[in-house]
Amino acid sequence: MKSLILASATRLLIAILFLFSLFLFFRGHDEPGGGFIGGLFGAGAFTLYAIAYGSEKAKETLRVHPISLIAWGLVALVISGLIPMFMGEAFLTGKWLFLDQYLNIDFKLSTPLIFDIGVYLCVVGFILVVIFSLEEEQEE
Amino acid sequence: MLIAVAAIFIAGLLAPYLHMALKKNTVYLLALVPLSVFIYFSTFIPEIAAGETVRQSTPWVSLFDVNLSFYLDGLSLLFGLIVTGIGTFIILYGGGYLEKDRQLPRFYSAILIFMGSMVGLVIADNLLSLFVFWELTSFSSYILIGYYHEKEESRKSALQALLVTGLGGLAMLAGLILMGFVSGTFEISEMLSMGDIFRESPMYTAILILVLAGAFTKSAQFPFHFWLPGAMAAPTPVSAYLHSATMVKAGVFLLMRLNPALGSTDLWFGLLTGFGAFTLIMSAWLALRFTDLKQILAYTTVMALSTLTMLIGIGTEYAMKAAAVFVLGHSLYKGALFMVAGAVDHEAGTRDVRKLGGLRKLMPITAGAAVIAALSMAGIPPLFGFIGKELVYEAALSIPDVAVILIIIAVLANVAVVAASCIVVLRPFFGKEVETPKHAHEAPWLMWIGPVSLAGLSLIFGLLPFLIDSAIIKHTASAIAGYEIDFYLALWHGINLPLILSVVTVLLGVGVYFIWDKFQDSKGMQGYGTLFAIFPKKTYEALVDGLLKLAAWQTGILQNGYLRYYLLTITLVMLVAVGGTFFLKADMNWFPDFSGILFYEYAIVGVMFVALLFAVSIRSRLTIVISLGILGFSLALIYILHGAADLAMTQILVETLTVILVALVLIHLPNLSKEVEVSNAGKIRDAIIAVSAGALVTMLVLATLHLPFDDFISRYYASVSYTEAYGRNIVNVILVDFRALDTMGEVVVVAVAGMAVYALIKMKGIFNTKEEGSR
Amino acid sequence: MESLLAILGGTMFAGGIYMLLRRNLIKSIIGIILISNAVNLLLFTLGRTTKDNPPLIMLGETIPAEPFANPLPQALVLTAIVIGFGLLSFALVLAYRSYKELGTVNLDEMRHDPAPLKEEDK
Repeated sequence: MKSLILASATRLLIAILFLFSLFLFFRGHDEPGGGFIGGLFGAGAFTLYAIAYGSEKAKETLRVHPISLIAWGLVALVISGLIPMFMGEAFLTGKWLFLDQYLNIDFKLSTPLIFDIGVYLCVVGFILVVIFSLEEEQEE
Repeated sequence: MLIAVAAIFIAGLLAPYLHMALKKNTVYLLALVPLSVFIYFSTFIPEIAAGETVRQSTPWVSLFDVNLSFYLDGLSLLFGLIVTGIGTFIILYGGGYLEKDRQLPRFYSAILIFMGSMVGLVIADNLLSLFVFWELTSFSSYILIGYYHEKEESRKSALQALLVTGLGGLAMLAGLILMGFVSGTFEISEMLSMGDIFRESPMYTAILILVLAGAFTKSAQFPFHFWLPGAMAAPTPVSAYLHSATMVKAGVFLLMRLNPALGSTDLWFGLLTGFGAFTLIMSAWLALRFTDLKQILAYTTVMALSTLTMLIGIGTEYAMKAAAVFVLGHSLYKGALFMVAGAVDHEAGTRDVRKLGGLRKLMPITAGAAVIAALSMAGIPPLFGFIGKELVYEAALSIPDVAVILIIIAVLANVAVVAASCIVVLRPFFGKEVETPKHAHEAPWLMWIGPVSLAGLSLIFGLLPFLIDSAIIKHTASAIAGYEIDFYLALWHGINLPLILSVVTVLLGVGVYFIWDKFQDSKGMQGYGTLFAIFPKKTYEALVDGLLKLAAWQTGILQNGYLRYYLLTITLVMLVAVGGTFFLKADMNWFPDFSGILFYEYAIVGVMFVALLFAVSIRSRLTIVISLGILGFSLALIYILHGAADLAMTQILVETLTVILVALVLIHLPNLSKEVEVSNAGKIRDAIIAVSAGALVTMLVLATLHLPFDDFISRYYASVSYTEAYGRNIVNVILVDFRALDTMGEVVVVAVAGMAVYALIKMKGIFNTKEEGSR
Repeated sequence: MESLLAILGGTMFAGGIYMLLRRNLIKSIIGIILISNAVNLLLFTLGRTTKDNPPLIMLGETIPAEPFANPLPQALVLTAIVIGFGLLSFALVLAYRSYKELGTVNLDEMRHDPAPLKEEDK
């Protein structure tokens, strides 16, 4: 069920949608957004792409298998938990590195950020696994 | 002491590998293990003899007061020595008895693990670790009874022993925990001085009955006595060790151990003396019903255990003395006799005394050991068993109120035991030589060293009782009593009532032996056997059978395979349990409040009601998808109206994806109209239940809303969100920082769901269900 | 408003239970969707609702401006929504798969009669 209009529109939109998903993700700590919302939005964007171009094309564009996104997400979660342990504190204690001390940008590197990246990757991976699997069945 | 126990366990685990390497010589190496523990325990004798006790403790599960603490006093030392001493001979004996058996390594393993548990049990100072060891003995006993696992009888007997002792153990655990609550400690050594606290506790009766349930099942007291003769399906080394000398004594040991804490009440006296005396007379005469050597010995073992139970119940100084002596005496002669019975079986091919005779010429050494051990069992001087029996008579006479009854029971029971002693030794070894299934030879030395040594000890301790009286036995009796008892053992007490009774007993016993052939199969004995040997076993079997049938019946009803009935049950239980509690207990002073609701809010909720109605009643798949979408997006609207921006965004995104997903799947599934619907009555029933559940939930929420609200945690998070976690979106900070572990768990759930979905889609064709029927 | 939301949630719950009790697998799944939405709504309501500011801290401030909505139930419900979605996806794929394998969406026809307890099983 390929539609020319949907395909052309998607090609224009996909990059913007994806950027917006990253925007939602990064502002999450201070404004509405974050790993869950950004992840859902990013996955939604890719779903649109998969509907417009078929899951084969979407998979090619994604390059990595969605299951490995889940795996890397889980790895990020664990890393964010382990970092404070090496510093002698409890699992998952928040740790910050304020970059504006060294560079002139207002950005904080932190273990909660790594944690949120993990959430993002898991959510995206999960939804893409489901959508791709069902799309493939559809095409058969 | 921890190392001693651990060493035996480790030896048990290594035994199969040692056997691979050393073959026949394994037995010597393994026998060294209990021997060295025996020697280790012996080094404590001087300390114990000086009236001291030894305590060692290692924390185990310290949170629940479970410690691997060990306590040595006269009682535990005596048992420790018995367990390891006889254990050494049993390993040797088992090596000979099962020499050609393929599964010999398994025997070594199991018997050593049993031995370790038994040692742990008798020296444990923590009630809970005692329980763990107790259960380990039941478990290893299960494996050992079922050693010949190809035979159905073995499996049945093993399971029977496990169920009976396991059930008792469970009751006992409850009793032990209650003891812990009452006294505030689980260390036995501390409990021993708390007798008054236990006796005055309102829990006392409950504790006593629960603990006795454990002890009586383990020590085969009426009405649980039937499992012990059944356990004779085990190889003879196992019977000799577990079912005469050690494991079955665990119950008695527990009673002795706890006597200072729980004893000397009327209830204790009544239950122990009552059950003990009844089992005593019953089992002693039951022994004469059988012709199988091991069965006869098994029932005399039950008799010995009940003697001990009765003695502990009597609770006088004489009784404590008698119990301490009798435990040792019985272990020595009964261990020896079982090993003899096994040797006869091994060499002659049968254990039926009617088919045996004249073996003394072919097996002189075994015969010699048998004669001495049997004399000890019959209580003939100068053997140790005589001292024991005299003390039992004295103890029975020491309670003035019931002395007459008890002494009559004791004498009558011992008459039967004397007759049984004659049977087990005169029949196989004396008289005419009989053609046996196998041509008999003297047993290998591995198999006679045990009986000879144990019988020899019976003789030595009988002749020279001062060797052990003030060194151990005195302290054992003191430990049982809980106070210092001072005495010396002697063979000759002068001519007194017990001696006269002994003479009478022996004469009557020999008399019974001479009429045994006719007596054994007489009508009366047949009926007696049916009543006490067969009937309890049948009752047990009927109970187990009934339980299985009940399980099958209730599974058929509850697990009927109709999903909706499961859900119906769950909903009804919720309605009754939650609803009932709610209406009975909750404060009903609440009321819905519809003030201040704006028009558009009514509109949103109204739309949702309509969408819900469509989703529930319409059959078109497309309409359902649209209705669900409307519901979800309206929900997002409600969230956003109430200051929940993150929530609304999530809801919108998830709703979008849900609609896509449902649409993708529903395309493949048949239209709803194809379904064969249930009757209208069924629909109405479901509707009533569903509406009640919904109404209950609504009322619960309304009632909860009426309660004052504590937002302390929320305010705390809000106040530190920026100052400590550097985030201005409090919801997100809670998710990724304050409650990150929760979120982590939830993300893992999502990840697992993703992999499950992937597997379900990719694994097509693996479930070849269509041919095999729908499972 | 909270009372109205409680009634709405209860009604959705009732609808969900009713759908779960149907024989059709698809209806059961719709029941799951309804119940998970109902529970999210009720959980949110139980945290008390206000029509005030979202729980955000303005730039330059260190605490949110009073009064603000309760952030804790929001965080709980947010993950609950995502988990509910995970459950729903799995249920949908399971339904799809069992239809492909068994050829029916009628739960009664999927039923497998347990074999009666045999003598030797005892």
